[in-house]
Amino acid sequence: MNTRNITVLVADDDADYLFQMKIMLENAGFKVIAADSQSQAEEIIDSVRPDLAILDLMMEKDDSGFILSYKIKKKYPDVPVILATAVSQETGISFGLDAEEDRSWIKADLYLEKGIRQDQLLMAIEKLLKK
Amino acid sequence: MNILKILVVDDEPGIRSGVARILSRFTVDYPFMDEQIGFEVLEAETGEAGLEIIEREHIDVVLLDNKLPGIQGIDLLELIKQRQPETLITMITSHASLDVAIKATSIGAYDFVPKPFTPQELKSSLENITKHLFLKRMTSKLQKEGKQIRFQFLQVLSHELKAPINAIEGYLNMLLNKQFGDNIENYAEIAQRSVERLKGMRSLIMDLLDLTRFETGKTPSTPQEIDIKALALSAIDLHKPYAIQKDVNIKLHIDCDICIFGIPDELEIIFNNLISNAVKYNKQGGNVDIHIRCDGAEVSLIFKDTGIGIAEEEMKNLFREFFRIKNAETKGIQGSGLGLSIVKKIVDLYQGTIDVASEPGTGTAFTIKLPHPVRKDNE
Repeated sequence: MNTRNITVLVADDDADYLFQMKIMLENAGFKVIAADSQSQAEEIIDSVRPDLAILDLMMEKDDSGFILSYKIKKKYPDVPVILATAVSQETGISFGLDAEEDRSWIKADLYLEKGIRQDQLLMAIEKLLKK
Repeated sequence: MNILKILVVDDEPGIRSGVARILSRFTVDYPFMDEQIGFEVLEAETGEAGLEIIEREHIDVVLLDNKLPGIQGIDLLELIKQRQPETLITMITSHASLDVAIKATSIGAYDFVPKPFTPQELKSSLENITKHLFLKRMTSKLQKEGKQIRFQFLQVLSHELKAPINAIEGYLNMLLNKQFGDNIENYAEIAQRSVERLKGMRSLIMDLLDLTRFETGKTPSTPQEIDIKALALSAIDLHKPYAIQKDVNIKLHIDCDICIFGIPDELEIIFNNLISNAVKYNKQGGNVDIHIRCDGAEVSLIFKDTGIGIAEEEMKNLFREFFRIKNAETKGIQGSGLGLSIVKKIVDLYQGTIDVASEPGTGTAFTIKLPHPVRKDNE
C-alpha cells in the first residue's frame, strides 16, 4: 500500500457507508478524514485543507452536501468536490455537472451515485486530482 | 381571468348575436374560485360548420339548437361527444318534444334552455355549467397531485431501502475480499453492523405494512370496546426490556377506568410507537410518564418523556412520512421515520387530535385526545 500524502475528506451521516469509504480509500493509498455530519465537516475544514472532498448530499439537512460544497469552494477554490448521493431523482438533478450553468450554482465538480463500483470511484478521483 | 370557449350552433342570426351580446359582459365567480371566469363566443350557422370548429379547437361548452338546416342537433350532439367527450352541451329547444329531450339526455346533453330565452335563463344555465366544469377540473388536478405525492413517497422509500442494502453489500464485499485477514473474529463488528441494518430494514417494512393498512382503509378486525388500562399495561410490558437496557423508568398514571370503542391493533400501535419513541430518545436514567385522563366527552393520553426534546423548527415536519431529526443526539438511533406519521393517521381515523410540546434537552410530551370514551360498567 503506497501512501501518497493526499488527504480526502469524506462526510456522510451513514456510519457504515463512512466506515467503508474510509477503508476503501485508505487501501487505495489516501489519507482519510471522516466526518459524520455537516457540522463536523465544517469544523474540520476550518483548520484542514483537504486535497479532495466526497460529500453526502443529505445529512442534518436535505441540502447539507450543497452547503458544505459551497463552503469548501469558498475557502479552497481549487479543492475538487464530489457529491455522492443515492437520491439523484429526488433532487431532480440529472447526473454529471457538465453543463456550465449547473456548475456555476451547484459548486461541485462531480456527482456520483452511491453504490458505484470501487474502481469507478477511484478513477473519478484520479481524474479530478489531475485537473 | 379564465376564459371558457362557448360555441353557439344555431341557424337564427338573432340567437347567435344575442348569446354573444349577453355573454360578452358576463362573468361567473364563486367564493371558492380563485379567479373569475369569462366567456368567448364562437358562432356556427349549421351543424356542419359547428363540427368543423370542434375538430379544429377545444370548446368547453356548446349551445346547440335542435332544429338545424342540415345535420340535426341531436345527431350533432352524438358526434361532438365522440370527438370531444369533455365538452358540455346545452340544448336550445323551442318546442322540445319529450322524446328529443329524453334522447338528448341519454346521449349526454348537460342542460336545456328554452327558446326564446331571457338573458337570465342563459346566464343561470352557464353559471351551472361553469361550476360543474370548475369542480371537474379541480378534482382531476387533485388526483394528479395525489399521484405526485405517491411518487415522491416511493422515491424516498426506495432511498431508505437502498441505504441499508448498500451498507450490507459493502460489508459482504469486505468479507469476500478478506479485508481484515483470515481470522473470522476480525469480522465480528461488520457482521454485527449488518445485522443492525437488517433490523432497521425489518422495522421499516413492518411500519410500511401498518401504513398501507390505514391507507387502504382495511380494518383488521371488527371494532370493540377496548380496556385502555389493560392496553397501556401490555404496551409498557412490551417495552420493558428495552427500557431496562436504557435505564429508563416507565410509569402509568390513570385517573379513570374507561374503554374506547375501536380496533385493538390500531390503539396498540399508538401506545407502542409513542412509548418506543419516549424510551428511544430518552436519556440514561430518564423517565416516561403515561397519563390517561378522562374529561367528559374525551379521553386524553399523554406520553411525557425526559429525553432529548425537539427543536422548534423540527416540529412542523414531525408527522411527515420518513422525516427523522438528524443531529448529534439522534446519531446511531435507528428508526424508519414512519412511526409518528402512522400514529397521526390512526388519531385522524378516530377523529381525535394529537399535540406535541417539547423543550430541547428537557423532554417531550405528546397529548392525544380521543372522543367518545365508554365508561366501564360499575363492577
